[in-house]
Amino acid sequence: MIYLQLFLTFLKVGAFAFGGGYAMLSLIGDSVLKYGWMTEEELLNFVGVETVIPGPIAVNMATYIGYEQGGFLGALLATIGVVLPSFIIILVVAACIKNLLKYPAVKTFIASMRPALGGLIVSVAVTMALTVFFGIDTISSINLSFDWRTLVVLAVVIAIPIIWKRIKKKEFSSILLVVISGVVGMFLFGI
Amino acid sequence: MSVIILLFLSMLKIGCFAFGGGYAIIALLENEFISKRKWIDHDEFLDVVAIAESTPGPIAINVATYIGYKLKGVFGAVVATVGMCVPSFVIMYLVSLFYEQFMEITLVAAAFKGIQICVVYLIASAGLKMLKKMKKTPINITVFSVTCVGMILCTLFDIHISSVWFIFAAGVFGLSVFFLKRRKAKGEDNK
Repeated sequence: MIYLQLFLTFLKVGAFAFGGGYAMLSLIGDSVLKYGWMTEEELLNFVGVETVIPGPIAVNMATYIGYEQGGFLGALLATIGVVLPSFIIILVVAACIKNLLKYPAVKTFIASMRPALGGLIVSVAVTMALTVFFGIDTISSINLSFDWRTLVVLAVVIAIPIIWKRIKKKEFSSILLVVISGVVGMFLFGI
Repeated sequence: MSVIILLFLSMLKIGCFAFGGGYAIIALLENEFISKRKWIDHDEFLDVVAIAESTPGPIAINVATYIGYKLKGVFGAVVATVGMCVPSFVIMYLVSLFYEQFMEITLVAAAFKGIQICVVYLIASAGLKMLKKMKKTPINITVFSVTCVGMILCTLFDIHISSVWFIFAAGVFGLSVFFLKRRKAKGEDNK
């Protein structure tokens, strides 16, 4: 049953998504790709759209996939699923174990997960890069392709933040970077 | 106006402008609840953020739930969490209605070829930032590399292992090292 599947999938995402934002992406990616709810390319597109939509990425993702798979009820259930674990855990922490983080064992457990989260994020970037630049999804589905135009876009998105930081000493807005890459893509691939 | 309504409206407002994920939202929450409304003090807010970071789920939702609970108990927590989610849900729902048609426009598809590359860049730089901040102990480096390479291989060979297991294993591994070290230290004390 699709409603139950949506609810449980996003419940799992909500319950294990440590580290926020992009760390959650590999977790969402797992289920979404497994059930065929999205292809890797669609996932990438979605993250692009997501940067210009406010709100936590997990909530946006739950709403969108829920809607695509199960209409309004699907969207609602997926969103409730992704928020529920957070809600319950924070209530328990706030009500009973405020000094949770003072226990060295808890601290160690959480600190030990951090390197794994970093590794996960980099692995997502690498596998997505393989798809985008070379058309490699898995060993069994390679349609090897290479397009020099992708390198032009890559050079632009790497150069702008570096130059901006040199001049303004500030981080370049990622929303603006997404918009710029879209415009560059439109000229290179569309015209 | 009662605190509950104010709380709901504040969360609604923050939810509408929360671009750029977790940490950007924290800055908005800080501005609203510490500087403007003085509902919680700065030190407690830092504790809340630390808890939100180390518990699973979207950071913004975690902080919202906690602030709501702090102000008005369980009911406050519900109101704050719903308030934070509503804008995301509504906006994303409306986008979903037109998403597929929108993506089929040729020029939009071309733009997204560029945006995909930008998204890969954003994810990679988030991962590398975590790597930079990580303490470079042998254990951390091992966990980072094993997770990263492991997940890449899983994707390439189409093996479905949820990233949850990598995160969890890293936590358990770190905890075991912690207890072993403590036991060793105790053993040396006894001599």
